[in-house]
Amino acid sequence: MPEYTLKIRRYSPETGDAAYWEEFKVDLEGHRSVLEGILSARATTDGSIGIRCSCRAAICGSCAVRINGKADLACHHHLDHAAAESPDGNTITVEPMGNMPIIKDLIVDMDAVHWKKIQRVTPWLLPEGPEPEREYIVPHENMVDVTQTMACIQCGACVSDCLSMEVDPLFIGPAALAKAYRFVGDPRDGQQYERLKDLAEDPHGIYDCTHCFMCIEACPKGVAPMSQIMRLRRVAGSDQKINDRNNGYRHEKAFVKNIEKYGTLHEANLLPDSYGGKFHPRAIPVLAGSLPAIVPALLRGKVTPAKALHHHKLPDQKQIRAIYDTVEGRDSRNELNLYIEGYEDEPVLKAAGEEERGPHS
Amino acid sequence: MKVAYWPGCVSRGFTPELHGSMAQIAPMLDIELVELDRANCCGAGVIAEHNMELADTLNARTFALAQQTDTDLMMNICSTCQGSQSECQERLDANTPYRDSINETLKAETGLEYERGIVNKNFLWVLVEDIGLDELRSRVVRPLTNLKVGPFYGCYVVRPTDRLGIDDEHPRDTYMQQVIEALGGTVIDYAGAYKCCGFPIITMNQKASLTMAGTHLGDAVDAQADCLVTPCPLCHLNLDLQQPVAEKVVGRELKMPVLHLPQLVGLAFGLEPKALGMNKHVVRPTSVIDWTQSVVGSAA
Ligand code: SF4
Ligand code: SF4
Ligand code: FES
Repeated sequence: MPEYTLKIRRYSPETGDAAYWEEFKVDLEGHRSVLEGILSARATTDGSIGIRCSCRAAICGSCAVRINGKADLACHHHLDHAAAESPDGNTITVEPMGNMPIIKDLIVDMDAVHWKKIQRVTPWLLPEGPEPEREYIVPHENMVDVTQTMACIQCGACVSDCLSMEVDPLFIGPAALAKAYRFVGDPRDGQQYERLKDLAEDPHGIYDCTHCFMCIEACPKGVAPMSQIMRLRRVAGSDQKINDRNNGYRHEKAFVKNIEKYGTLHEANLLPDSYGGKFHPRAIPVLAGSLPAIVPALLRGKVTPAKALHHHKLPDQKQIRAIYDTVEGRDSRNELNLYIEGYEDEPVLKAAGEEERGPHS
Repeated sequence: MKVAYWPGCVSRGFTPELHGSMAQIAPMLDIELVELDRANCCGAGVIAEHNMELADTLNARTFALAQQTDTDLMMNICSTCQGSQSECQERLDANTPYRDSINETLKAETGLEYERGIVNKNFLWVLVEDIGLDELRSRVVRPLTNLKVGPFYGCYVVRPTDRLGIDDEHPRDTYMQQVIEALGGTVIDYAGAYKCCGFPIITMNQKASLTMAGTHLGDAVDAQADCLVTPCPLCHLNLDLQQPVAEKVVGRELKMPVLHLPQLVGLAFGLEPKALGMNKHVVRPTSVIDWTQSVVGSAA
């Protein structure tokens, strides 16, 4: 049987010692999970290794850890894959999740961070008006729309690797915001506007996400929290016209209009427009605040006054505007969710390198 | 090889040195650039956030323009363009009725049509997969010996891995390290290589945004890097243009030069920092200029 090395991050609060690494050898088949590796080390070598687990089948969400630096369910990651991903092809690094305090070894305090943030978004229905006499039948399209968020098993992997939360611990975060969409998208809920207003105005809300894809990469259930956050922004901005104090909607609107007007990005106009235009009171302190960045750029000739004032329109600008008119003129937005629709065939890009297809194919 | 070349908006706006250095090294790599000068902005994820169909239609237009050229593939020099365009392509290629509906708009408004399966690659991928590291090595005239370089990828070119075709056969998330080594440089391992520069939230939460940039730059300083190199001009904006402000936010001096990928290649091909537009950077690449001079000095 192959032998794998598990390099586990250890920490025991009662000793008062700093966290340290410890290596364990385990003899297991490659298709067994990292969780089984840890449990085997615990059974044969050191009974004090702390790990949380229950179902061992990627259902309960208890066993998320960082394997070779990336969050995943330990019971859902094969030993041979983990070894192949490791720098030396054999030593599998296992650490507790990030962004949460460590209780012991691989066990983190989910209450202090994850569950507190879930509570922050009021994760239950807030119906309005008199109770209906019969059961409320939710239209199929609405249920399908929130299905993806309902696949969440609350494992916290996305929270662990979220890069906004790393610098701003107050950020509501991917799991909780994905949960928020589950209720915003439910027609039985009566507080859609209030929920969105709250999440848009909070400086640590939907506009605090840096669009880093970490949560999409980490999630073992395909919830794609970042995509749910973009949905929340879409409904808050385009539908509810919530003009948040974080400049989130203004920035999006300025960017989209900028391309409609010029076809390619006119950066010099984007910044002031994101704050409501060059002469908007909101823009003045921000533009003044960006002087330390702009002055050296001007001195180096990176930003020239001519460039700031003139921007060439695309020769086919009419085409861009026509596309805008058609698409933005629809009664409702056309969206394709691949989580629900699936791929009709193998995606062509899967192995773009080997299946060389020119732009003509 | 001949590529349909999409430089992106930022390389023609605030980082002209990127576009310029790419134009200089392309002939040295036997790459013929057929510029897509009628193509439009990729949307940088923001248009998709606003209206997915709009982003997909606009990028289908760019793909269709590329498909009209007589080239081997489409190439970009911006991680963000790569990621945004790959996202739209994933939807367009996955579902025929959806693609047909996008093409209907496209045909009506522009006369163009997108045909499933375009190959669109970042310059980094082209370097490793199409030109090859051996070929690259053979063209180096001034190996980057003793130049300590930290890679900074940019989120859009490393995640999500399945959409970007990153797998065992195409470990695209290791290409920066491979290229730095092939050019003769020393790879600096530091915490920030795969993290976010913070650019997407610079107008929404400047403090968080520049804490990101400042932290990664600081980690590179601590790891004793001479410079960082990135395939993404938007990362360059937050890491270089905003560096003086990031220094204030994280409360330490940084002075970390940030190079565009084509500039690093150009350096190893014997071009001078100034010719590669490094004088346009906000943070003077002093360490890189010193290195260039020390190499010239030791040769003389
Ligand atoms: S995309 Fe947004 S929510 Fe997801 S990990 Fe990144 S910053 Fe966090
Ligand atoms: S969204 Fe995914 S990663 Fe995040 S808690 Fe839910 S299942 Fe886990
Ligand atoms: S033990 Fe339940 S998800 Fe891993």
